[in-house]
Amino acid sequence: MPDAVMVPDISRTVQKWRNKRGSLIMALHEIQNRYGYVPRNVSLQIAQLMDVPLARIYEVVTFYNYFKLEPPGRNNLSVCLGTACYLKGAPELLNELKSRLGVSEGETTPDGEFHLQSVRCVGCCGLAPVVVANGETLSKVQPSSIEGLIHRCHKEE
Amino acid sequence: MAKLTFEELDKLRDEYRAQRAQRSWIRVGTSTCGIAAGAEAVYRTIVDEVRRRDLDIDVQRVGCVGMCYAEPLVEVNVQGAPRTMYSEVGTEAAERIVAEHVVNGNPIPGLAIPGIETLGYEDDGLAARQGKQVRIVLRNCGLIDPTKIEDSIARGGYQGLKRALFDLREEGVLEEMKASGLRGRGGAGYPTWLKWKSLREAHGPEKYMICNADEGDPGAYMDRSVLEGDPHTVIEGMLIACFATGTSRGYLYIRAEYPLAIDRIETALRQARRMGLIGKNILGTEFSCDLEVRLGAGAFVCGEETALMHSIEGKRGTPRPRPPFPAQSGLWGNPTNINNVETFANVAPIIVRGGEWFAQWGSGKSFGTKVFAVTGKVRHSGLVEIPMGTTLREIVVDICGGVPAGHRIKAVQTGGPSGGVIPSELLDTPVSYEGLQELGSIMGSGGMIVMDESDSMIDIVKFYTDFCVEESCGKCAPCRIGGKQMCLLLEKIQSGKGTWADVDTMKRVCLAMQKASLCGLGQTAPNPVLSTLRYFEDEYRALLGAR
Repeated sequence: MPDAVMVPDISRTVQKWRNKRGSLIMALHEIQNRYGYVPRNVSLQIAQLMDVPLARIYEVVTFYNYFKLEPPGRNNLSVCLGTACYLKGAPELLNELKSRLGVSEGETTPDGEFHLQSVRCVGCCGLAPVVVANGETLSKVQPSSIEGLIHRCHKEE
Repeated sequence: MAKLTFEELDKLRDEYRAQRAQRSWIRVGTSTCGIAAGAEAVYRTIVDEVRRRDLDIDVQRVGCVGMCYAEPLVEVNVQGAPRTMYSEVGTEAAERIVAEHVVNGNPIPGLAIPGIETLGYEDDGLAARQGKQVRIVLRNCGLIDPTKIEDSIARGGYQGLKRALFDLREEGVLEEMKASGLRGRGGAGYPTWLKWKSLREAHGPEKYMICNADEGDPGAYMDRSVLEGDPHTVIEGMLIACFATGTSRGYLYIRAEYPLAIDRIETALRQARRMGLIGKNILGTEFSCDLEVRLGAGAFVCGEETALMHSIEGKRGTPRPRPPFPAQSGLWGNPTNINNVETFANVAPIIVRGGEWFAQWGSGKSFGTKVFAVTGKVRHSGLVEIPMGTTLREIVVDICGGVPAGHRIKAVQTGGPSGGVIPSELLDTPVSYEGLQELGSIMGSGGMIVMDESDSMIDIVKFYTDFCVEESCGKCAPCRIGGKQMCLLLEKIQSGKGTWADVDTMKRVCLAMQKASLCGLGQTAPNPVLSTLRYFEDEYRALLGAR
């Protein structure tokens, strides 16, 4: 990613949050929303512009599950592992995805196509088990529908 | 829009109410669960059909009425036909509903949920579905468009704030809150008025009000539903709390996993600000207050109040010992009060109708209602709001239809990773903070997971223990080390290599964690283990042999 593109974006974020108390996490949310992760060179710039030590930024980024240090896949699949989903077969969904994609939880396929992860609870327990595919929440997912889901993600690009 | 005075608020309410009373409408539930079930396509189909046929009817996007099992839900009210709630509506059914019910005035019995239309639940603002429910927190969910402040005002929104500002004043608000008996709905159950009183009496250059919307218990989603379906009621509750405690700044700390809730609350804040219900000199009084959103980032421990405050400060969400309590030294060292979403959602109705009205439900030390998210192996999963004192069996069997035919209830789990399992023979226990505690569980934030005979109790305990190990912040040793050891012992037991000596070790680890952990996460993490040992020892015996 060329620095020239990033700088104006970051300075907007910095301007918005610099003078607000305790806003580092909010600024990091904006960064992650834009790039899908928190790139190291962006962290360096944030550190400089917001006058926060880089170590403080990494301390925060590594504490919270939501922040990523690696770029996501082109498709992001999250299996909800909340209690209701767990009881209704979420582990089977996760296994099915792992074996079909050939990656473990938290990994991206070598071609960068799919990133697989589990999430704590998306609060859609009444329609468990739930998979979030590229931001869209899918309800009552069955292991048999995983193949179709992967296929659809491929096609939509 | 110009800033409102209190006379104008009443005028607007009457105006909006009159406008709405004459309209026919179709409502589509478009909360996260509705959308997941396909409600967006249904909504678009209905809008297209209405436009194509040039019908004079409002098509509204509303929040969740709580019947998640039946999503997508569509409710229709037209002149000359009974109000009808349709379940599991697809796009074809949506077209039929417009053609047959809206145009011809003939409801379609085969698609409708029986009994719902007879409840007439809009009458006095308290909605009920399936008998035993009383709707205070969820009174507007599914009835209003959460993105329109006009809908909220038409149903009495901000009347509680008006009464607080003009009739009750600060002391009066505290009196009503005391009379109501409302206790914290996030789980701990501390009397709300007492918390507010501490903040009111505290001194500091600035005070803070925080709404805890970091609903981390996996399996609980009532807070999400309120934020998505009726955001103004949370804002109003916070404003009343700010007024009563002399606070002019508040934060809503919302978990990042709830994008729609964040979006709806931000919209609501903008609208309230534009109307002058947030900001300087609210409703023309000397009271000024501003509220802002802060996002969580996926850490269960941030539901703990001291960790949550660290997170708002932009730091790692690690807890610290109490005292000092937040009312003495909270956010940035200033006096602070924290309540959760459901607690704030109860405030406006209490202020409008009085504490005694609220206390008519419940007894002992638990009053009012509680919302539960009933999920797992249950036929009608969803949100239910019941008066305190309703038995667990009434919730699971009478309201939610029990487990599917051919199965039997084995246990009900409340309180998530901090709670315990309650075996089916104890389901006649009435819901109260103390009652659930006596059973070795807790009220918690309201997750209620139903399990049937196919679910292994040891498996579920392992699930919760794994959860606590992953979510432990690592600051204190009892939680960090104890949790891990408990996991290893459970794995050993599950593999069939365990002994009763391991169970004894596990009990000792539990005791150490309960006594010595820094915060609620570690102190309550042993609850699932201890409650299964108490009620389902036979499952351990099956793996370990006789003692």
